[in-house]
Amino acid sequence: MSGEARLILGGEIAEAIRAHGAETYPHECCGAMVGRDGDEEREVLALWPLVNRRDDSPRNRFSLTAEDVLGAERAAREKGLEVIGWYHSHPDHPARPSDYDRDHAWPWYSYVIVSVTEGAARAITSWRLADDRSAFVSEEIGLRAGASG
Amino acid sequence: MAVKVMIPTPLRAYAGKREFAELEARTVGEALGRLTSEFGELRKHLYTDEGRIRSFVNVYVNDEDIRYLGKEDTPIKDGDTISIVPSIAGGCGQVRSSLWTERR
Repeated sequence: MSGEARLILGGEIAEAIRAHGAETYPHECCGAMVGRDGDEEREVLALWPLVNRRDDSPRNRFSLTAEDVLGAERAAREKGLEVIGWYHSHPDHPARPSDYDRDHAWPWYSYVIVSVTEGAARAITSWRLADDRSAFVSEEIGLRAGASG
Repeated sequence: MAVKVMIPTPLRAYAGKREFAELEARTVGEALGRLTSEFGELRKHLYTDEGRIRSFVNVYVNDEDIRYLGKEDTPIKDGDTISIVPSIAGGCGQVRSSLWTERR
């Protein structure tokens, strides 16, 4: 994939991701990012917050089922949009993808991670899986007016 | 048997941007094998290095998950649709034990 990919987040979108991470702390939050994909950048226009299915280990793991994915895709289509990625939080952990994140990732999607420390949302980053699955490539986040970084 | 294999959005770039591929196969395993033979870059995203379908790759024949049928040996009929549907998973790794080490 191109190393110059860019993800546009509206201010209210970034704040909603942070708020979800703070709300579920110390557990990981997760959800779908819905929007439009373009050649050089893609824009998140709505979020589809979901329930973390990892009841056994929610502090350091999240998962979404095929039914969750199909539901998010259906919701996106109803808005004339598509699922362009997924967000989740890292409680008391940096906003950098882990080996576990990489092992379970799909290409093409944007993966947004928000770090939540002691209940407060901190850094927010975005990543895409390399074509050969060897690593995540950082994706620049462009914030629309009104977003806090 | 003629079958349509639906390709999920995240994999379309590796399949000529196609939404689906039409193949001849007798089982699900054969269909996925033919798909990955035609589009070699799909293989690493669908299969582990050991040749097993990755845990977060869900495969359906029509509306039924092959895990509850015959897995990759699930037979196919003319006109069936095989769908590949992602599960999404991840996580930050080890839980920090700082709360325990800092308590007195």
